[in-house]
Formats: sequence, C-alpha cells, structure tokens
Amino acid sequence: MPDTSKEAVPAGKWAPAVALAWLIPGGGHFLLKRPGRGALLGVSVALMFLLGLMMRGAMFQWQTGDLLTTVIYCGGFIGDMMSGIFFILARAFGYNQVDVAGHVHDYGTKFLVAAGLLNILAMVDAYEIATGKKD
Amino acid sequence: MPKMTLSHFEASLLFALFTSIVLGIITKRTDPERIRYAAYCFACFIVAIFGLGWLMYLGHG
Repeated sequence: MPDTSKEAVPAGKWAPAVALAWLIPGGGHFLLKRPGRGALLGVSVALMFLLGLMMRGAMFQWQTGDLLTTVIYCGGFIGDMMSGIFFILARAFGYNQVDVAGHVHDYGTKFLVAAGLLNILAMVDAYEIATGKKD
Repeated sequence: MPKMTLSHFEASLLFALFTSIVLGIITKRTDPERIRYAAYCFACFIVAIFGLGWLMYLGHG
C-alpha cells in the first residue's frame, strides 16, 4: 500500500531550480548551492551540444505520421529542446542543418539529442535536491 | 563555426566521457562514489565500443 503520510513538496520549492536547470544546464545546481556539480553538468552538456553543432548534426522538426516517424521526430525534437539556452540560441542564430548522409553528421545529430537527454537527468537531480530526497 | 570531423572512435569516446560524467554525478551521493561510478561507466562504454567493433568486424567476414 503506498505511503500517503508524506506531504507533497510545494512546487514553489523545486520549480525555480528545475526551470533554471532546463534553461541553463547546471544552473539548477548553482541555485541550490552545488556549484561543483553544476559546473560539471553544465560543461558536459555544453560541450556535447557544441560538438553536435560542429559536426553539423541535424535538428529534429516536430513531425507526425506513422508510429515510428512520430517517436523518432517528436522524441528527437524534445531531446533537442531540452538543451535549453543552447537550443534557443542555435535556433535564434538560424542553425538549420539538413539531414545528410555520413557518419560525422549522424554523430552530430545524436550528440545534439544526447545533450538534451543528459540535461533531463540534471533536471531530475536538481528536483531531488530541491525536494530533499538527495543531498 | 568551424566544422569538425571525427572518426567513429573519437566521437564515441567523447560521447562516453560526457555521459559517464553526468551519470556519475546524478546517481551517487558522495564524491568518491561518483568518481568510481563515472570511471566504471566509462570503462563499460570502452569495453562495449571495442566489443561491438570486433563483433561487427568478424560478422562482416
């Protein structure tokens, strides 16, 4: 039987840290006074995204159709978007690499998505710290 | 922005490095545990890279 005695942590306590963690990778940890971890997370996500751009990875566009198309394109778009400020800046400066064949471009595309996925993990970590589940 | 061309090995090595760092930070609670786990993840990535590389080479005939 689930434990219902635990009180829900108010969103005001964790939402700013999680939102900042999305916008600036590692920022949530800085807000929660974990600068060392925040710096490592921020640098890792930033370098991964930067390498993705330098390898001319393609950014996914929101696209639906059959199940596989929807999962790949919508999932890829969400992954790209989770890099926060890097995604916003890349879009603002007009980065629009078309998907071309070649292993370097392929790696670049995966690096761009993986940077966002790593940032999701950092956001979950910031949430756990903010709610007191983790030190 | 300069264009970068990496080999499969270099790209997967960088991917393994950054992923291991993040996994180490978010999964463990103390710094020594984090360092150990990040090193463990990195080692697993390397083993997988070489293992799958050889598997593909041998499977290709």
